[in-house]
This record gives sequence, C-alpha cells and structure tokens, in this order.
Amino acid sequence: MSDHQEAAVHQLHRDDAGARMGMWLFLFTEVLLFGGMFLVYAVYRYQYPDQFHLAARELNTTLGTLNTIILLTSSLTVALSIAALQNGNKFLSLILLSATLLFALTFMVIKYFEWTTKIAHGIYPGSPELLTKPNGQILFFGLYYVMTGLHGLHVLVGMVVISFMIVFIARDKVTPDNYVKLENSGLYWHLVDLIWIFLFPLFYLIQ
Amino acid sequence: MANEIAVKNFYQQSTNKHTGILSWLLTKDHKRIGLMYMMAIMSFFVVGMIIGLLMRLELIAPGRTIMNAQTYNTLFTLHGVIMIFLFIIPGLPAIFGNFFLPIQIGAADVAFPRLNLLSWYIYMIGATLVIVSLFLPGGPIDTGWTFYIPYSIRSTTNVSMALFAAFVLGFSSILTGINFITTVHRLRAPGMGFFKMPLFVWATYATAWIQIIATPVIAITILLVIIERAFGVGIFDPALGGDPILFQHMFWIYSHPAVYIMILPAMGVVSEIIPTFSRRTIFGYKQIAYSSLAIAFIGYLVWAHHMFSSGMSDTARWIFSLLTFIVALPSGVKIFNWVATMYKGSIDPQPPFLWVMNFIFLFSIGGLTGLVLGSLATDIHLTDTYFVVAHFHYVMFGGTGTIFFAALHYWFPKMFGRMYNMKFARIAVVLYFIGFNMLYFPKFIMGYMGMPRRYYDYLPQFTPYQRISTIGSWILVGTIFFIFGYLIHALRKGKKATSNPWGGVTMEWHIPSPPPLENFKTIPTVTHEPYDFSQLKEMKNE
Ligand code: HEM
Ligand SMILES: [Cu+2]
Repeated sequence: MSDHQEAAVHQLHRDDAGARMGMWLFLFTEVLLFGGMFLVYAVYRYQYPDQFHLAARELNTTLGTLNTIILLTSSLTVALSIAALQNGNKFLSLILLSATLLFALTFMVIKYFEWTTKIAHGIYPGSPELLTKPNGQILFFGLYYVMTGLHGLHVLVGMVVISFMIVFIARDKVTPDNYVKLENSGLYWHLVDLIWIFLFPLFYLIQ
Repeated sequence: MANEIAVKNFYQQSTNKHTGILSWLLTKDHKRIGLMYMMAIMSFFVVGMIIGLLMRLELIAPGRTIMNAQTYNTLFTLHGVIMIFLFIIPGLPAIFGNFFLPIQIGAADVAFPRLNLLSWYIYMIGATLVIVSLFLPGGPIDTGWTFYIPYSIRSTTNVSMALFAAFVLGFSSILTGINFITTVHRLRAPGMGFFKMPLFVWATYATAWIQIIATPVIAITILLVIIERAFGVGIFDPALGGDPILFQHMFWIYSHPAVYIMILPAMGVVSEIIPTFSRRTIFGYKQIAYSSLAIAFIGYLVWAHHMFSSGMSDTARWIFSLLTFIVALPSGVKIFNWVATMYKGSIDPQPPFLWVMNFIFLFSIGGLTGLVLGSLATDIHLTDTYFVVAHFHYVMFGGTGTIFFAALHYWFPKMFGRMYNMKFARIAVVLYFIGFNMLYFPKFIMGYMGMPRRYYDYLPQFTPYQRISTIGSWILVGTIFFIFGYLIHALRKGKKATSNPWGGVTMEWHIPSPPPLENFKTIPTVTHEPYDFSQLKEMKNE
C-alpha cells in the first residue's frame, strides 16, 4: 500500500450526523459558559434589585432594540443561505451569507458607539465616576461590559467563521451535497443570536 | 500468528506522507496521538514529582531548610497546578482513552481525528503557558492551585498568565470530551450495543460528559478573575459590592466534578483488569455502568463540601453534607461488584492485577477519610490541615495515580508490542505500597494533631512524622523511577508480546500487538458479551 492509499483508508467515512452531533455538544458548552455568567448576574440582581433597575435606565434602549432586530435578521439570512445552497443556488447562498456578514458588522459598529458613549461619560470599570455610584450600579455596569464584551467576541468569531464559509462555497469545498460545515456555522450563529436575545432584556429592559 | 508478522503496525505506517518526527506531529491516528499525550503528560508528572520531592526535603526539619517561605508557596502552587491540570485530569482519558476507546468499540479511529490532534496542540500550548508564566517578570504564581479570591487578585505574581493556561487546558479537555461522546454514539461496530461496551468505554463516556458540562463553568470563572485583575470590575471584590464566596462556589462547581473526571476512568480500568485476571465475567455489569452515570450526576450537587468553613447557612451545610454521603454509595456499589467478580474466579495475580489491589486498598483509605471530611463536625476541626492533604493524595494519587500505573502495566504489551520484566514489576508494586503509605499516612496523624497545610515550617513535635514522610517520598519516587527504568528497557529489549498475553477478551486483545493502523482488517461484528471468557478458546485460533 502506498502512503496515499493509507491516508485514504483513514478518511473514508464522512459522517454528517456525527459532525452535527459534535456541533450541538459544542454549543451546549457555550450555553454553559454563558450560563455561568447568567448565574453571576442572577445573584447580584437578586442582591441589588433597585440599583440594577436604576442603572439599566442609563442604557440606550433604542440602540439595543435596533441591534436585536439586526441580529435576528442575520439569523434569518444564514438560514436562508443554507436553504439556497441545498437547492443548488450557490450564488444566492453567497449573497445571503455576505448579507449576514454585513449585519454582523453593523451590530458591532452600533455596539462600538454604545460603548464609547458610555466610556465618554466616564462609565467604565474602575472609573472615578463609576466609583462614586452605589455598589449595585458598579456591578451592573461591570456585568454589562463583561457580558456584552464576551458576546461581542463571539460575534467576531462568528464573522470569521462565516467569512470562511463564503470562501469555501466560492471554491466549491462546501457544495449542495456536502454542506454540513455551513449548517454547523449557521447553528453557531443562531447561538450567538440566542444569547443576545437573553442579554437584551436582562440589561436594557428591566423596568 | 503467522500472518500477524506480515501485518504492518501503526508505528510502521502513517496517516500522512511524512516520515520521522513530522509523521507524528501531523498524525491523525488516535494511537499515535495517545502516545504523544503520554510523552507530554509523563514528563509533566516527573516535573511535578520532583517539585513534591523538594517540598518534602524542605520539611525534613523545622525552620528553613533549603528554601524560603515564598519559594515554598510557589512550589506547592506549581505542584498542584501541574499535577491537577497537566497530569491527573487529562491522564487516563487522553492517553488510554485515545488509544483504546476506539479499539474497544471496534472503530478505526475517533469521530474527529483532526480535532483530536488539535486538542493535543491546545494541551501543549496550555502547558507551555504554564512554563512561560514561571519565567516572566512578576515571578511564578503563589496562590495555591485553587486560586482563591481575594489573594489571587492582590498577588503580584503572574496569576493571569497561569489562569489563562488553565483556561486553554480546559478547552482541550472540552474538545476531547466532545470527540469521545460522538465517537461512542456514532462509531460502535455492528452488534456493539451500549450494553455490550466494555466498562472502560462506559467510564470514559461518563467522564466525557462531565468534561463538557463542568469545564465551561471553570472557564468563565477563570476569565472573570483575569478580567477582575485587569480591569477591577468588582464581581468578586467586596469593596465594590462583589462576593468572594461566589468565586468559591463557581470554582468548586467545576472542581468537585473534576474529581470524578479523575477517578471515573480509573474505575473503568479496574473493571477491565479484574475480569481479565479472574477469568470471570464482571459481576453486575449494568450496575457498574449505571453507577458511573450516578456518580457523574450526583457529583454535581456536592461541591459546597469544600466550603463548610467559609460561610454558608446551616441548612445548606447539612444538605451538602448529606449529598456527599450519598455520592459514596455508587462508589461502594463498584467496590462490591469488583470483589464479587473475584469471588470464585480463578485469579491470576499478574502485575496489573496487583496494581489494582494496591488501588483498592489506597483508594478505600482515601474514600473513607473523605467521609470524615464530609461530616460537618469533624471537618471544622480538620479543614485546611494535613488531614486534607493526606486525603486527597490517597484519592488522587493512591486512586487515579495508582491506576495510571495499572493501566500502563496492563496495556503496555498492546501499545508497544513488548513484555516487561514481571519480577521487577512485582517488586515495584510492593515498594510503591510501602513508600506511598510512609509518605502520606503520617499526614493523617499530623493533620489530626493540628498541622496546617501549605506551611513550610512546623512545631518541633511534628518532626518525627515529617521525617518519616520525607523518607517515604524518597522510596516512592525511587520506585517510580525504577518503574520507568524497566519499562523503557522493555521497549528495546523486552520479549515480543503476543496479541493476547493476559487472556483478555475485549476487542483490543483480538488484534495484533502493536495494532495495525486501521486497528481491524474489516470493522468487526460483535456477537459476545464484553466479558464472555468462553471466547478465549476461539481466540486461540484467530
Ligand atoms: C511523589 C509524589 C508527590 C509528593 C512527594 C507530593 C507532596 C506534596 C506536598 C509536600 C504538598 C504540600 C502540602 C502542603 O504544604 O500543604 C503537596 C500538595 C499537593 N499535591 Fe502532592 N505530592 C506528590 C504527588 C501528587 C500527585 C500525583 C498529585 C495529584 C494527582 C498531587 C496533588 C497535590 C495537590 C493538588 C496539592 C495541593 C497544592 C495546594 O495546596 O495548592 N500530588 N504534595
Ligand atoms: Cu469535592
């Protein structure tokens, strides 16, 4: 047997169901990761309900809502791009993926402006301004930065993954009869969306 | 036998077109990856052991002997971090799980071979970060392996870097877990139902679930401490309204289940070795399988027994105490099943079996003293003393560490195709037993008398016990080097191993030693129960 044949033996099976299963398990660990954060949030929200309420009023609900809509739409475009590829429409699939990427970028830009305005107002961890506030508010903003920051990091990772998918589809590495990679990326993107759906009310909508 | 010689083994064949070192570094073969883990993990074990030896040397006499207090602080931290994150957590699953899990379910490899290699690299990156953190300005971490707040925020040593290393190592552990779970679900050979899987597979499977459920919690906790150090967010800082006890909860929500990540695979190995050397099917197969799951599940609910003295309501304390006692039950089930398996078996006391006897003795001491610590009244007296140090060494080292050597002796012929010197191996078992108990048993007594842990100095009345303990450390470490010595010698000079030197019947004994690259000529069809020794006759003709 030549070396090449040997390698072939090793890669013989392609198991889409297995790949999906692996992805679901991975998403499960992501949920638990954020679950830890939500736990911390719950503890402090329970300890300082009034101050969380006060601090939340300083967040910009309009921008938050806008971002929610954007992210939800991007989830839709990903789902549609998978459907498009399944139907053999490579071009449409690429368009929809690029749209997703664009939405993600918009999300990050809006997030950027939200953060920088807050920072310009002197509200960031350890700032003298923040330290004059009661403890509950310090924690609220601390959690706000940590949790939306961690989420933002996931958006960035998602953008990288989607960019790869665009390249793969363009180069026919991901095709109408071998698209489990795209499917898994879509799953990841839905998770990023899902987490935001929880973050949004917890920070912006507690009235 | 004749055609066995004709088959090339996985050392002679590669999954890529490279030869030499690259054929290893780029391999996708689960067996080679297992061996690469073995090299790395054993090296770290030796480093951790030498640190332990140095600490014991410091403690040979009261007062300063060979190091100052700060050095001792960094040494016990490093020793703990290396032994926990680099040796005992990955040890059995990453080495023997990788090598034998696919073979035992009749598969050619794990579900995601490339991810498997990636996990190894992530492990190596994490390990490198640990090493780098020693030498950067700021100095090696001195918080203890538990990284308790608030000191881990105040300490000026390289805490963040070491924490990040633990984060990276956790990631590797998660990926391995995902890989194994998917492998078990997707790649079992035809006829290999869930209840025909060998118990090592069951144990590794349960462990993989704990790995993916518990590790993310420690990951986020670690991240929070790093963020806290960098930005002063206040989440764990009472001055800003945060709660340091919350850190302890989150830390132990992972780290208690982590104890089961360490011990479950070891229990799986025991369930392999005992039937093989008793020539008898395992007693209570299903109970053993289910008790792994029960341990995995109840293990989540007992974490706060590490915090009886750190501030909790009395109700919470007795509940956690009760749950801790309950988790001892499935462990007891296993011990009774093992003993029942040996009853009326025809026992063949080969070295792997003797190692398991070592395990049962040492682990039982560890487990029973765990109950002493799980009861509220006694724990208040014993917490943070040498009693705890003795307890966890008996459990982790006496339990999992001993089984590490058992597994090594059991599967060595299969992995390397050579036999080691049986007489040396028997001597090693005895020396290990003596050294181990000399090293750690005095710590129970000292702890009971009030010797606190993590001290480089002690009152004169402890001197005789400390001295016995230090001498024990020499015997133990000497024995371990002796073991490495005869095993390495066997690699070159050992007799060639047959495909089934012990008379085992699980899948790995049906294929040549060392196995060929694809493990099986064709994916086998499983007809027998996992420990059905009536197959032995047919196997002779294979
Ligand atoms: C030759 C082997 C070993 C020796 C001589 C040794 C010795 C020691 C000593 C002297 C301490 C410090 C006790 C104190 O001052 O509080 C210690 C702590 C510890 N050891 Fe070992 N040990 C050995 C092997 C192991 C193994 C195999 C493991 C894990 C599987 C382990 C895990 C730990 C842990 C987690 C700590 C606690 C570190 C801390 O306090 O943060 N040790 N050991
Ligand atoms: Cu525990």
